Amino acid sequence: MTSVLAEQIEPSATGRPTGRPTGRPTGRVRSGRLARASGLAFGVSMLWFSLLVLLPLAAVLVKSGERGWSGFWTAITNEQTAAAVRLTVGHAFLVTLVNMLMGTVIAWVLVRDQFFGKRALEVLIDIPFALPTIVAGLVMLSLYGPTSPLGVDIANSRRAVFLAFLFVTLPFVVRTVQPVLAELDRDVEEAAASLGASSFTTFRRIVLPALTPAIAAGAALSFARAVSEYGSLVLLSGNLPFRTEVTSVRILSSIENDNLPGAAAVAAVLLAISLVVIVIVDVLQRWVVRRG
Amino acid sequence: MADRVRPARSRRPRPGPITYALRIVVSAYLILLVAWPVSLVARNTFADGFGSVRELLADPDTVHAFRLTITVAIIAVVINTIFGVGMSLLLVRFEFPGKRLLSALLDLPLSVSPIVAGLALTLVYGGRTGWFGPTLEDLGLRVVFAPPGIVAATVFVALPLVIREVVPVLEELGTDQELAAHSLGAGSVQTFRRITLPAIRWAVVYGVVLSLARSLGEFGAVKVVSGNVLGETRTATLVVEEKDLNFDKPGAYAAAFLLASVSVACIVVVSIIRPKEQAR
Amino acid sequence: MSIEVANVSKRFGDFVALDDVSVSIPSGQLTALLGPSGGGKSTLLRIIAGLEHPDDGRISIEGRDATLLRPQRRNVGFVFQHYAAFKHLSVYRNVAFGLEIRKRPKDEIRERVQHLLALVHLEQFADRLPSQLSGGQRQRMALARALAVEPSVLLLDEPFGALDAKVRKELREWLRRLHDEVHVTTVFVTHDQEEALEVADEIVVINEGRVEQIGSPDQLYDAPANDFVMRFLGPVTQLGSRLVRPHDLELRAGEPYGAMPATVQRIVRVGFEVRVEAVTAAGQTVLATLSRTQFQALGIGVGVGSPVSLRLVDGAPSVDTGEDPAAEAVLVGT
Repeated sequence: MTSVLAEQIEPSATGRPTGRPTGRPTGRVRSGRLARASGLAFGVSMLWFSLLVLLPLAAVLVKSGERGWSGFWTAITNEQTAAAVRLTVGHAFLVTLVNMLMGTVIAWVLVRDQFFGKRALEVLIDIPFALPTIVAGLVMLSLYGPTSPLGVDIANSRRAVFLAFLFVTLPFVVRTVQPVLAELDRDVEEAAASLGASSFTTFRRIVLPALTPAIAAGAALSFARAVSEYGSLVLLSGNLPFRTEVTSVRILSSIENDNLPGAAAVAAVLLAISLVVIVIVDVLQRWVVRRG
Repeated sequence: MADRVRPARSRRPRPGPITYALRIVVSAYLILLVAWPVSLVARNTFADGFGSVRELLADPDTVHAFRLTITVAIIAVVINTIFGVGMSLLLVRFEFPGKRLLSALLDLPLSVSPIVAGLALTLVYGGRTGWFGPTLEDLGLRVVFAPPGIVAATVFVALPLVIREVVPVLEELGTDQELAAHSLGAGSVQTFRRITLPAIRWAVVYGVVLSLARSLGEFGAVKVVSGNVLGETRTATLVVEEKDLNFDKPGAYAAAFLLASVSVACIVVVSIIRPKEQAR
Repeated sequence: MSIEVANVSKRFGDFVALDDVSVSIPSGQLTALLGPSGGGKSTLLRIIAGLEHPDDGRISIEGRDATLLRPQRRNVGFVFQHYAAFKHLSVYRNVAFGLEIRKRPKDEIRERVQHLLALVHLEQFADRLPSQLSGGQRQRMALARALAVEPSVLLLDEPFGALDAKVRKELREWLRRLHDEVHVTTVFVTHDQEEALEVADEIVVINEGRVEQIGSPDQLYDAPANDFVMRFLGPVTQLGSRLVRPHDLELRAGEPYGAMPATVQRIVRVGFEVRVEAVTAAGQTVLATLSRTQFQALGIGVGVGSPVSLRLVDGAPSVDTGEDPAAEAVLVGT
């Protein structure tokens, strides 16, 4: 089956860095110079992209610097803000660790095992990606909230933050690892076995290193998603200052209090994290392609 | 190729205990994290029959919210599809300085917090203090706290989805067929319409379906830029929040169910079309 | 005997890959499993290595029953068609892998790996990654890796199949020389009869899951057991009901002399070789190949339409096909 995310975030084992173009020109004929019509299209596209994305994001950076370095520093070291950032980054980190383990295990089972109901599990993986985040919060609340049939009520606690992150980041590692694992040459594992390596040793020394870039890329995406999460927490975590308030909620309350420079300062920190993640994923993909 | 026959390359005839253990762990994890909670939303929605759904749809403000969400999503998908296909062609078929940077920046909206996206748009297009906001309002175009702002926020968060589907397919396709078409006398437009477009058709469809799911479900960015005015700029996801916070649980579940069924339908559609395309 | 395969059968679903196959592979020799694609030879090799489990039958390696032994414990070296290189490890670490698994002391590993890299002429590539090597170099690395653990048998599955013709020929000669140096019992799978005839001490011809013939290259070529083996080892043509090799046919101009009379239909010259197609009185088209010298010796008069006579030279192998002589002639080219 088929994944919604696979193609988007896969550092492909076949050497095709999917999801983004390589530096190699494929337009052999027209490469180098844009024809006039294409030049116009390029200009319009860039203008649109700049007006919609680049300029607004730049505005965030400009706004964050409006009160100078000390203003910026005060904003992000504000006790409540710092607590929110610590909670967000700490939980995002923990959730990413869980995803690296569980995502790899899930990908392994989906690729290597055959059993009734596997297709259904495949569909489940993509649900968190497509579900509106506010609905995701309600979904979690229905099993882990006050009316939980399991009797587990974690609403308005830090565990709710953890759980919400876990839900929304589920697809990332699975969908980056899955295609790489499927492309993995079984000959290589057989070679290791005939050289005397046990199944576990083969996994640890042959399979895992081959999956590492994919796991890392998935982890980076999952971390970025968790750090920027907002919607699923609204109904679930209670947004209690110093307890369950995450960074995005903190930014929102600054906006609602008309403290735009303060909001922008914290947003700039999140933006920096996003940029770092994008660079990491890009470098990993190129590295995989080079290694062949 | 060697004479290896691998229809059923028998590794071990019977799976070992570890295989079973992993199977159980994975199934349990996914059921507890996704399947069970999602099914509870459906159960809670229909706990008392269709009553809550009917009640929800009887409220004109809610109907307005859903209508607004659908309209915005369709506009956003159309914009993102045109922009996405055009941008993909530019990225794959042309060389220009800063291409690698641009392709990395195009991914930004996927990892930016929706709240940050909303804030960013407000800072530029906000009616009072935005860079362009006051000028635009003088020209009679209100962006933030109005439908155009909702559209902008929705386009922002779903922007990379079409590009990420189309770019790999275009790269795989190469230019041979297009060159052949040119050599046979086809113009650029004809070549695109008759050669390129059919080849990327399915990638575009996936991108559209994903964008649609994302656009219908956007919450955070919309919350910041919409103003959340009842009957005017409140969208479907904002209805879910408002109902839940006002202790209208059945209403919240019914609205959530409607949104969730659209996203699940999108996922299922994608999972049904994709293998067909591979077999092609 | 180093490897004993007794009554082994293997099916994949409905497909019978091996049907009651028994083979003895002698120690210290280079044995080829030769046959067409899909004939079961790779499956047999994988069963010997323990990568596939037979449905029926037994395998013993060096006198030890290995039927139920996991591949890890068989002490066989396996070389794959597509190299199966450990991409994230350097050439050195690839070769050292089996020794590291066996927890040999570092000094011993270094010494052994360096010795093997010298043997396969890759000393200066020790620190490269497999992706920085050519196909031929990767396959030599894979060979060194398999040899590092001092396997009791070395198994090669179409080892040169993924390489281009020139490298293939070089590596084939090199494998023969290497085997003469190391003397490890070696079994390799190939569908290329020239490769088998050139390199192997002994050839096992396998087709449709069954062993057709076992013997030295000379035995197989000079006394093919049946028409399949005869056809598989090179071009054949049919003269009457007998399958013969075109270059074993003697062709004379003019009057018949107690041989098959025929009329020349077509003459094609390919370098030093002249191919003459002649039609017999019974309407059978027969191909004879002559050297250029032989052809010239026939005299200038021979051309299309000339009467000739055909005869199988004394002692040349032939196989009775049991088919009607008047039936359509069978031409099997390479």
